[in-house]
Amino acid sequence: MKLFKSILVLAAAFLAVFGEAVFSGPRHWLGAQIDLLPALMIYAALDTNIAAVCLLAVFGGLGFDSFSANPLGLTILPLLAVGLPIFLKRDLILRELPFAQLVLGGIASAAAPLLAVLLLLSAGKPPLLGWGSLWQWMVMTAGGAVATPFVFAFFGWCDHALGYKPVTETSFRPDREILRDRKKI
Amino acid sequence: MFKQKNYIGPGIVVLAAVLILSLPPSAASHLKLAIGSLFLPLLGLANAGRQLPADLADSVLSRHELLKEIDSLRLENQELKVRQLQTGAIEQENEELRMGQESLFKQPWKLKVADVVMRDPANWWRSIEIDLGSRDGITPNLAVMTTEGLAGRVSSVGLHRSQVVLIGDPNCRISALVEDPAHDVGILSAGGPFDSSLANLTYLAGGANLKSGQQVVTSGIGGIFPKGIPIGQIVDSREVEFGLYTEARVKLNANPGALEEVYVLMP
Repeated sequence: MKLFKSILVLAAAFLAVFGEAVFSGPRHWLGAQIDLLPALMIYAALDTNIAAVCLLAVFGGLGFDSFSANPLGLTILPLLAVGLPIFLKRDLILRELPFAQLVLGGIASAAAPLLAVLLLLSAGKPPLLGWGSLWQWMVMTAGGAVATPFVFAFFGWCDHALGYKPVTETSFRPDREILRDRKKI
Repeated sequence: MFKQKNYIGPGIVVLAAVLILSLPPSAASHLKLAIGSLFLPLLGLANAGRQLPADLADSVLSRHELLKEIDSLRLENQELKVRQLQTGAIEQENEELRMGQESLFKQPWKLKVADVVMRDPANWWRSIEIDLGSRDGITPNLAVMTTEGLAGRVSSVGLHRSQVVLIGDPNCRISALVEDPAHDVGILSAGGPFDSSLANLTYLAGGANLKSGQQVVTSGIGGIFPKGIPIGQIVDSREVEFGLYTEARVKLNANPGALEEVYVLMP
């Protein structure tokens, strides 16, 4: 079951990265492209295992950087930095609540680009920054926050539609059945 | 909660990231293009999806509209034929002048059309990917244009695709010349992150007399871009560093945010 979820998350990351590179609707309408990888990372951290979190950071990050002018491998670290603490503390998080998902998605979507820009600045490759970047950051945060509950709902639906259900044992035991008919002794 | 196995995986990931980040630029560029090529099947699907509405629209065009279009094309064709006669004479005159002063005139530009297939998903860069690669003769640092003017330069080349950094990206600095009486030369550098149609022209001479609407073209200094490619027009200017030099905002002719088709200027 976990393997199915992990594969599904990686496939979604593959499509999300491709979609971000090909469809630039949000960039035209809102002035910034929305990144779905942090939202996926929140789902992976809360609902899958550490292997899926690591694989998502690696493949999502490499895919994103392959289309971007970022140095290759740069996005891996912010994604991991966002996913790992949530994975470690996931027992304390009310992951079922859409509000919690929204807040976590917002925090992750705000933190990941900030960390990426910090890494770029510390690597001596200053990106395109200005007052407009604040608006872009807000759009990315809000977009990621709104997308996260949908990501959970989508994977929930996939899990329900495509995943198998473990057979549950009933409490019925024939040897303890109370027979209530009138038998002749 | 703090199991050791929870740290082994992330440790390996961090190590892998550091190793990839420390790869030599050429290896990283090749690896980047190799990873990008994994998305090629999806690219074909996306192109087909984009083409579908146009195909559907074509299939439902009425006969009346088609005839109207044929008529307008016929008129346009006649007009172009007349213009061709005029340009024939101008071309001959131009050729004679070229023969006389060969060193002053350069060969006409050799252009290759390319489609923009992807855009940078990161908001802090301005780059695109085009569907021409090394098999089409593309090499790094070739100028990329639109019919309106300069768009950027090729930064890295794969077999089938190339990455182009656009004007306004911090990695694309161009020596530009203002077509004013003084022919001021400056460096066209990154603009703001929000409006992609504006870029900054810096390091112009202090006290440069710039006016709104003056044309900005490539200066030819630096060897990457040929001289005279239109870039844009001056919007406004201001003196910086206590009048040491002048900085101007340039409205770009080619809007980097809306590129669909570009031309690569071949050597």
